[in-house]
Amino acid sequence: MAAVTLKGVFKSFGSTRVVHGVDIRIEDGEFCVLVGPSGCGKSTLLRMIAGLEEISGGEIEIGGRVVNKVPPKERDIAMVFQNYALYPHMTVFDNMAFSMKLAGESREKMRQRVEVAANILGLIEYLDRYPRQLSGGQRQRVAMGRAIVRDPQVFLFDEPLSNLDAKLRVQMRTEIKELHQRLTTTSIYVTHDQIEAMTMADKIVVMNDGKTEQIGTPLELYDNPANLFVAGFIGSPAMNFLNGKLIRSEAGMQVQMVDGLMLPAPTSAEQEGREVVVGVRPEHLLVRSDGVHAEVVVVEPTGADTQIFCKVGGTDVIAVVRERHQFKPGEAIRLYPELTFLFDPASGKRL
Amino acid sequence: MHRLLENRNFLGFAFMLPAGVLLLLFLTYPLGLGTWLGFTDAKVGRSGEWIGLDNYIYLWGDAVARLSVFNTFFYTVVASVIKFALGLWLAILLNQNIPIKSFVRAAVLLPFIVPTALSAIAFWWIYDAQFSIISWTLVKLGWIDTYIDFLGQPWAARLSTIAANIWRGVPFVAICLLAGLQTISPSLYEAASIDGATPSQQFWYVTLPLLTPIIAVVMTFSVLFTFTDFQLIYVLTRGGPLNATHLMATLSFQRAISGGGLGEGAALATAMIPFLLAAILFSYFGLQRRAWQQGGGDK
Repeated sequence: MAAVTLKGVFKSFGSTRVVHGVDIRIEDGEFCVLVGPSGCGKSTLLRMIAGLEEISGGEIEIGGRVVNKVPPKERDIAMVFQNYALYPHMTVFDNMAFSMKLAGESREKMRQRVEVAANILGLIEYLDRYPRQLSGGQRQRVAMGRAIVRDPQVFLFDEPLSNLDAKLRVQMRTEIKELHQRLTTTSIYVTHDQIEAMTMADKIVVMNDGKTEQIGTPLELYDNPANLFVAGFIGSPAMNFLNGKLIRSEAGMQVQMVDGLMLPAPTSAEQEGREVVVGVRPEHLLVRSDGVHAEVVVVEPTGADTQIFCKVGGTDVIAVVRERHQFKPGEAIRLYPELTFLFDPASGKRL
Repeated sequence: MHRLLENRNFLGFAFMLPAGVLLLLFLTYPLGLGTWLGFTDAKVGRSGEWIGLDNYIYLWGDAVARLSVFNTFFYTVVASVIKFALGLWLAILLNQNIPIKSFVRAAVLLPFIVPTALSAIAFWWIYDAQFSIISWTLVKLGWIDTYIDFLGQPWAARLSTIAANIWRGVPFVAICLLAGLQTISPSLYEAASIDGATPSQQFWYVTLPLLTPIIAVVMTFSVLFTFTDFQLIYVLTRGGPLNATHLMATLSFQRAISGGGLGEGAALATAMIPFLLAAILFSYFGLQRRAWQQGGGDK
């Protein structure tokens, strides 16, 4: 096991720079998730850690050793690919034992280690099958088994669950997390799904446009987003953004919402008169008689709670409430933002 | 009538009919006729009588016919092996990121596009006893003193015709194998490189096994084409010198059409069929039917 450190890592393809100076420190045994929209550079970053992409600049350290020029096989890592990359002409056993076969291990040792991994993953009865004879979830397990067998310093996962159906994805998510708790191998996991990131990670790195937007634990990012991007990306349904203006009143600084509603704003006095973006999570919108005016568009009950899609002064807003309301489309209601985040509209920075 | 047009079976039959008629008329009938003629003593201008296996027995005792069988096997085996090796090498080369890739790929196909008769004539010039460009170059380089008689000596002629066949056949093999290489997911190579495979191990453990289905198909075709080759030999040597380059196909043509012995020629041609069937069966059972390709459902 080992810590992984990225120092000012960037990557260019020709003249296009796709990763701009990324600094991340992943502690030994940590489960770190790189999350961001497609094309944000997260997969490229992972492939650079694996040694499949050349590093254009900066340094990557695995276990205190700079690996910029080290070929993949000597980095002591194992990778699980999005399409699993199982060798179709080899049985499950041969797939899992391939690295040991190349290393010239004895048949005895191969069987022993493959069986340990297969037991962990419930694959023991499939060892003689070919990948084509397995279901998606089983193939996924074989891909992980191939990684486990190598007993590497670091596990790398490149969107491993995106080819699975929704139900299986949730199940495998739990399995991977359980596996990590058991093996405690440093893991770096790339996904575009923020729920995967939130549920699995010890540490989340939110990436956008080849840059890190924020690094922190799942709840840190949720409770304390550093900017508009992170605020909008983390959380489901996504955070609502409304326009407001900061004014000073006898009660201190306040933010004035579209229809005149005043809310306390924890900012300094110099900000007076400034336009701001007010972020409110759907679950922090309460149906209350002193809230902002909203018009109900669609009501979606999910059983445990109800999602109310409405319009507030022309902006789409989602509220998630636990009470059961019988709202009709077009009905006028009032929503009170219980907790707000203020952002600078120009830079997107949290105020 | 309307109901008939809705019937899937009838429609299927109706749509297959034109192709079926064409196949019967131009494939089954000539094949059947040829096989039949092989068992008769037909000559040009005389319809034959059934004579059983007499033609085959005669050909078995005929030194030239036996030489043609040897030539055919030698020609097929040597040319196919070299075509495979060169084709695979070219395919791997073309699968790399090289500049002007599409142009090179198109250029590689050229020998395949040129009509065989035309390229055979070109080779005729290249191999000419007096005007050969190869001999000329070698002489100018000072490597040899006299012009090589490419088509005049038995073994030189055999190897020269094989070289021409290889030149013509490599593009087909290379392009098909290139197509096969491109179906192999790059992530398999990435996985293998992380697993610790060197490039040659990646070739041996990933590329080659995954390519076998296509190799089987391509090489079956290649062997069939080479085994039944006619044009190249006929233009270059007409089977000479001293029947050294006669293949079964050219000898069959010479005996049947030029020599007028339709029955004998047909018998020689028919004698090729078992070999061809064997090649097809070998590739089908030996190379194509691997368990991992068969899948067998998801569960």
